[in-house]
Amino acid sequence: MAEYRLEMHGISKSFPGVKALDQVNLSVRPGTVHALMGENGAGKSTLMKCLFGIYKMDEGEVLVDGEKMNIGNPDEALHHGLAMVHQELQPVPDRTIAENMYLGRYPLKSFGPLKVIDHKRMNEETVKWLENVKMPFDPKKKLGELSISQMQSVEIAKAVSQDARLIILDEPTSSLTENEVEALFKIVRDLKSRGVSFVYISHKMAEIRQIADDITIMRDGTYVGSWSMEDISDNEIVKQMVGRELTNVYPALDNEPGDVLMEVKGYTSISDRSFQNCSFTLRRGEILGFGGLVGAQRTELMEAIFGIRHIKSGEIILNGKQISIKCPHDAIKNGIGMITEDRRGTGILGCLSIADNVSIASLDQYLEAGVKLNKKKIEELVQENVGKLSIKTPSSKELIQNLSGGNQQKVIISRWLANNPDVLIMDEPTRGIDVGAKYEIYQIMIELAKQGKGIIMISSEMPELLGVSNRIMVMCNKRITGELSGEEATQENVMKYATQF
Amino acid sequence: MKKKINIKDTLINNGIILLLAVLVVYVSINVPAFRSFANLKNLAINAAPRVIVALGVSGCLITKGTDLSAGRMVGLAGCLAGIMLQKADAPGKIWPNFPQLNVFLVLLICMAVCSVFGLINGIVVAYLNVPAFIGTLGMQMIVYGIALVITNAVPIGGYRADFTTVTQGNIAGIPFLFIYLVIAAAIIWFVYNYTRHGKYMYAIGGNESAAEVSGVNVKKTKIIIYITAACLYAIAGFLFSGKSGGASVNLGMSYELEAIAACTIGGVSVNGGIGRVSGVIIGVAVFELLKSSLQFLGVNTNYQFIAQGIVIVVAIALDIRKYIAKK
Ligand SMILES: Nc1ncnc2c1ncn2[C@@H]1O[C@H](COP(=O)(O)OP(=O)(O)OP(=O)(O)O)[C@@H](O)[C@H]1O
Ligand SMILES: [Mg+2]
Repeated sequence: MAEYRLEMHGISKSFPGVKALDQVNLSVRPGTVHALMGENGAGKSTLMKCLFGIYKMDEGEVLVDGEKMNIGNPDEALHHGLAMVHQELQPVPDRTIAENMYLGRYPLKSFGPLKVIDHKRMNEETVKWLENVKMPFDPKKKLGELSISQMQSVEIAKAVSQDARLIILDEPTSSLTENEVEALFKIVRDLKSRGVSFVYISHKMAEIRQIADDITIMRDGTYVGSWSMEDISDNEIVKQMVGRELTNVYPALDNEPGDVLMEVKGYTSISDRSFQNCSFTLRRGEILGFGGLVGAQRTELMEAIFGIRHIKSGEIILNGKQISIKCPHDAIKNGIGMITEDRRGTGILGCLSIADNVSIASLDQYLEAGVKLNKKKIEELVQENVGKLSIKTPSSKELIQNLSGGNQQKVIISRWLANNPDVLIMDEPTRGIDVGAKYEIYQIMIELAKQGKGIIMISSEMPELLGVSNRIMVMCNKRITGELSGEEATQENVMKYATQF
Repeated sequence: MKKKINIKDTLINNGIILLLAVLVVYVSINVPAFRSFANLKNLAINAAPRVIVALGVSGCLITKGTDLSAGRMVGLAGCLAGIMLQKADAPGKIWPNFPQLNVFLVLLICMAVCSVFGLINGIVVAYLNVPAFIGTLGMQMIVYGIALVITNAVPIGGYRADFTTVTQGNIAGIPFLFIYLVIAAAIIWFVYNYTRHGKYMYAIGGNESAAEVSGVNVKKTKIIIYITAACLYAIAGFLFSGKSGGASVNLGMSYELEAIAACTIGGVSVNGGIGRVSGVIIGVAVFELLKSSLQFLGVNTNYQFIAQGIVIVVAIALDIRKYIAKK
């Protein structure tokens, strides 16, 4: 057996205007989990796409089990035992689990002169592979009925069924609950003990600590180094990633909440399965955290306040006036903005430029004579906001789909900074964002609060929730169950209210 | 190595335009009449109203929609304009008692009538969420039916002199039609690049839900797009009718397909979010050049249809290819 399952040597890749990878190396031992870390835009995803032939590398060589390979596309990669579970899953939700597992390679049987799909065999095999990853589902269930984490497990089962010996997980846990992460880790550990290797891309230090054996760090498209996890401390990892020491994870929370800005009363969804009778107040200059387990309907409540979802009853009083919100347009007109959770679905405008993505929610402010847009002013606005969040890009004309995941998130945040609402709802604002940039985002939130704005932050990361909220509302099972501030705001209390029912 | 692939990709992506360039050069060398000024002018006159139709369709395509009623609306507007602008003593005048209105007033009436259908298209697509392909297909048949009812399938002719002047005349050798084309293209270009509506349109094409969450009034924007498109078809129908000195219910048949093809050749993506006015113009020019080249080569009209059909399919296939390659 070769010493390494996968070796990548001196990989370079340029896009017009950016050198995304410059002589990067990666060596993964058999039966280990290899963490790949680096700031947003460091080139992690690009490196993996080069491996799978999605992008053609300019330079470098790839060895699988000691043999030199030339991989032209993901299909060929699979042939050599490499599989990738994508950052954004793309399954077929309306078909069954089994059909998704065997998509493109359905088992066939003879039916007279015809070859038809052998459903019985397909379902039986699917059960077997799902059991393999300890997921005892009915193979005839529609894939769309599963949760994201379960879909991920199906993807992993699929990779294993195709005899994958190296599986790439690109930010697999960004939308998982803690229990789901645990379930995923169990599968990973189990497969690891059977000799499968993993490349694990994530910004979450705690997870890396738990699951990884080795680590490779990248910075600005270059290779920084590889370590065994035992030989490197968390601080050292951050230092190597960012290139300098980071002393604080959270800036000082020195904003001072003032009088009441917004009051939400008795918000109840039109669906019985969603939020019920939720009331809370938001003060000027306050960062109000929303905690709870995934499924507590926090996102749904906020989306209803913003007009994306419908309510049966409830009212909002903003600045002392009762307002009615039927669609996002109404909310924005009234000075409410929202950064949604699903970046790809309701965030980015893929084939549009960064400039268009930043300015889209603020065009009203730049009309001349009621018709013509002042392009110069818009460009200034874009530059200012792109600068504030240090978005990594050669130009504001670059298409947003060419940015790294974390940088796309920063563009969406810029969109709302540009719009400058009185109330800004941020649903998982730092998802997929590296440690350094997180700090910048917290700073911006605090600065906005100091200007007298009200900020609502939904966060599933406990330290973040505790670290940047002035007050915390906890939701559990469709209802608001607790309100915590000051000394009471502790992890134990949040968990107590979050698991009340 | 990488350079080579890029050249290959560029060649494939612009395959249609390159192929036609070769065809045009070939015909120019072998048939001198093709490169005469008269033919160029003829090309420009033919292309002008088609560009106007294609500009209308482009808005629908950019928002991931389409408008299959374009051609029939051209026909209806052409017939209406013709009927209203027949000479008082034209033989077989369809509305003998209709007053003699000003030409521009007639144009406005045609636009008003078509914009009602555009509004309905918009409502069906935006509010009822009917796929544009189906909704506008229904409208295509409805509009054709209305044109049949109005004209009784009788061809219309005997136009007033002012109508022919406005559509066939020229100033200092430049056909009016060409001037209309420039004006229409300039306005649409301004709308696409310098107005909120234009930005919203591209945003909807890029990601409709994200646009909505960013405060874009998606329904209103779509309705405006379908109404604008209908107005452009009305103008084009008016021009076609006057230019050829007569109209029948068959005017405009399948122009929507030509327009969609031309847009696609010119880089308007059927996947939405992408497209420029210059591209639309180039696309129509390419299509007209193809038709003209084939004519000059003496290719039988029946075969010309086959050639155009192939160009449409290949153009869209290449467009989709570009989209997939980008991922
Ligand atoms: N198709 C593309 N065209 C142009 N530039 C690109 C393209 N894909 C990636 N890039 C650039 O390459 C760089 C690396 O991006 P990559 O997606 O690999 O980052 P990442 O390390 O995965 O970051 P994140 O943690 O934010 O996901 C970025 O600067 C990005 O803008
Ligand atoms: Mg990435």
